[in-house]
Amino acid sequence: MAIKSLKSGSYGRSVKAGNSIILPGDYESIATTIVGAGGASSVTFSSIPSTFTHLQIRYINRNTTAIDSLIIRFNSDTGSNYVRHKLSGDGSSASAAAATSSTYMASADYPAGTSTFGAGVIDVLDYANTNKYKTMRLLAGYDANGSGIIDLRSNLWQSTSAVTRIDITSNSNLFAQYSHFALYGIRG
Amino acid sequence: MAAGRTYTPIARTVLNTTETSVTFSNISSSYTDLILIFTGMSASGNIVNYLQFNGDTGTNYSWTAVGGSGGAAVSSLGSNASQPRLDYYGYMNVNSESNRIVHINNYSNTTTYKTYISRANAVDNGTSLAVGLWRNTAAITSILVGGGGTFQAGATFTLYGIAAA
Repeated sequence: MAIKSLKSGSYGRSVKAGNSIILPGDYESIATTIVGAGGASSVTFSSIPSTFTHLQIRYINRNTTAIDSLIIRFNSDTGSNYVRHKLSGDGSSASAAAATSSTYMASADYPAGTSTFGAGVIDVLDYANTNKYKTMRLLAGYDANGSGIIDLRSNLWQSTSAVTRIDITSNSNLFAQYSHFALYGIRG
Repeated sequence: MAAGRTYTPIARTVLNTTETSVTFSNISSSYTDLILIFTGMSASGNIVNYLQFNGDTGTNYSWTAVGGSGGAAVSSLGSNASQPRLDYYGYMNVNSESNRIVHINNYSNTTTYKTYISRANAVDNGTSLAVGLWRNTAAITSILVGGGGTFQAGATFTLYGIAAA
């Protein structure tokens, strides 16, 4: 049985070529996309290695034209294979919503005001595990000094495939320049 | 291609006495994002934690939050504020430890206003989420964590930096 945790004592692994080394608390930058002057309709992280346990995406974003929503898909799957739930606050009221058999996962709306960017942290847990559906957890929002939105969301991709590609798409218009999306891998 | 391990502890403070605030200063611009994690109790009553950046005490902040304490969830916001909130319910209190995790993404760019998102949890009060805005394009070089009251001794504050590829 493989050792998964260690409460006391020591544990060693051979550094012979071919053996993977597990370093506690490993959090590693994989790729970053910064939107240029022309804007971008989507951001894609592809060829994601299966060598991590979890993924995290950290971002800031702004729309070129109007408040917009963020659409997320795994492995180019545009089928009705997603489920999503959210808890949301807009400064006036709290709300909750859900969707099943959806063709996408979603994040909080994001702004278009000059210099005002939304922010988010997305966790994809056990993304490379081929024995389970994939869960995505998300905290995101924006504030525009008198208006705003803050969301906590959970999304499900009903596929046991390892996640190898993540597409983040603006529902309408474009991500504005300086929007920044960074993908990280977490070992464990 | 992976660009190296990150998520680096920058500074840590454990209070030896009661304090009304904690400041992290001279923050390096070499990271992409900051994560602030703190736990503690208030010395008196419920207190609403807040942030201020770069010593700015002006009304250059705003926030939107949602929270719940066991009844219906509620949402609120504040505009042109000097103390942008980290919690709405989930208040720090005298009875039990509460914790906050605050993400400040792209803190060191000099192009955008700065946005933070936070989660706050307090077993005796509730839980909440918040997003805040500092209407300034300057890189963040200091963070004041305000108690909105007084932190008890033993409160712990840790700042981490994350560097993107």
